[in-house]
Amino acid sequence: MIEARQLSKRFGERIAVDAIDFSVGRGEVFGFLGPNGAGKTTTMRMIGCVSPVTSGQLRVLGMDPATEGPSIRARLGVVPQADTLDTELSVGDNLLVYARFFDIPRREALRRIDELLEFVQLGDRVREQVDSLSGGMKRRLTIARGLINNPDIVLLDEPTTGLDPQARHLLWDRLYRLKQRGTTLVLTTHYMDEAEQLCDRLVVMDHARIVARGTPAELIAQYSTREVVELRFADEARDSLAASTFSDFAERVEMLPDRVLLYTRDGEGTVEALHRRGVAPASVLVRRSTLEDVFLRLTGRSLIE
Amino acid sequence: MIALRPALPIAAYNFATFRQNWKGATFLYVISPLLFLGSMGVGLGGLVGRSRGAIDGVSYLQFLAPGLLATTAMQTATADMTYPIMTRLLWNRTYEALLNTPARVRDVITGELLWLTLRLLAVSALFYAVAVCFGAGRSPEAVLAIPVAVLTGLAFGVPVLAYTATTRGDNGFNVLNRFVVLPLFLLSGSFFPLTQLPLFLQAIAWALPVTHGVELCRALFLGRAGSAASVGHLVALLAFVTAGLFAAQRTMTRRLVV
Repeated sequence: MIEARQLSKRFGERIAVDAIDFSVGRGEVFGFLGPNGAGKTTTMRMIGCVSPVTSGQLRVLGMDPATEGPSIRARLGVVPQADTLDTELSVGDNLLVYARFFDIPRREALRRIDELLEFVQLGDRVREQVDSLSGGMKRRLTIARGLINNPDIVLLDEPTTGLDPQARHLLWDRLYRLKQRGTTLVLTTHYMDEAEQLCDRLVVMDHARIVARGTPAELIAQYSTREVVELRFADEARDSLAASTFSDFAERVEMLPDRVLLYTRDGEGTVEALHRRGVAPASVLVRRSTLEDVFLRLTGRSLIE
Repeated sequence: MIALRPALPIAAYNFATFRQNWKGATFLYVISPLLFLGSMGVGLGGLVGRSRGAIDGVSYLQFLAPGLLATTAMQTATADMTYPIMTRLLWNRTYEALLNTPARVRDVITGELLWLTLRLLAVSALFYAVAVCFGAGRSPEAVLAIPVAVLTGLAFGVPVLAYTATTRGDNGFNVLNRFVVLPLFLLSGSFFPLTQLPLFLQAIAWALPVTHGVELCRALFLGRAGSAASVGHLVALLAFVTAGLFAAQRTMTRRLVV
């Protein structure tokens, strides 16, 4: 569905996307993971045929964005980072005016609007002004708008940023249903749990480049251990600790300002060994490795800065 | 070069927005010519008529009405091509959303201008109707002043659209209104003959589109349009529209395609 080779984007002197390669297949959920400013949105905008490619090759649905932008866009659904809804129009009218741009006849558009608003659970709000909707509702409306043309690919740029947990889960549920219907989804996120829940495959971007790629499980297996022990210490104790204190107990040690992470195959075993050695943290948490750990490993810093 | 069909959804979009407050807008379109022609044309005109007789051989109201028709079109176009466009460009980012559809930048421009043309047509036709009620514009070709007023609005509005696409906020709009639109409204020969002005102001007035619109509308209203000057005015107006189109395509593309 999407093929990129040495894809690059430059804004003046600044390189926003630096020679990245990736491909997305039919029915796949593909994720771009990375901190703000890594080049995720710029990549999405190039796929969406609204930002011209500086160099490299890009094919979307077998077509060239530079020459066939309108034909490609006709088959894409785009959910931008910021809700670009028209606050002067009602919920229904927002979708109706948008449908016209895809040459959808009015009767058909009205049918789809009913169906889509039902799908995003806004069925009872057709006539309401957009201003009166909550953040989560606006997001869902934006998703409904992105689906109005029955797109082959849906591009979602940070779909759940700024939403409360309930709104996020509702949104994930809807995206999961789209995936089940066979829609190809491409999304960017800086939430690890989102990427793990939704993505079949993903790439991690940092400083305009792809630094890792694979399925969530592959990435964890490759860049992290099976389990992680998180230790917290009282402030006084924390100052006297060094990474070397723990290096016997774990394959890798990460010293963060507020906690110490020990990467290990067997979390409980590591905790026992620490106790025997007389290390007494204020709190201990053993958990499975997540993509957050992968990210920390790859970039040496936390994802949301 | 200009494809109308892909631009229609933008005009439809505008219509959907307009439907929300069409009563207020229409009321304004009727009331403002009523007020202006009533107070200036009849009131001030009565005073002027008593002391000087007539301007260019016609009553003050006959002189004023076509000028106001043209300047009203200019003001309507300026208002439409500043704040509403900025809302979609920056505050609501509507264009960003629309460019995710098959629409291209040129379709957005064409669509907005199509809608502007319809608005100008409505404003000018209503103004004309009011003027006729006051006894102005009774010559048979006076009705042609409606399309000329539309063209005058476009000659101003299209370059303003190009300008709006270059600004990052609405600060410039105050400057535009106070130092360009308002002086032009007063000094474009709609309230008094241009020859009353010092030469350098006359030169400035002629360098801008609205004066040509005023003169041409007046010639049509008074049945004196069959001159070479009229052709010159028409060419000047068309030149502003054309130059504005090229500029707008350039500035809007630069703004939206990055």
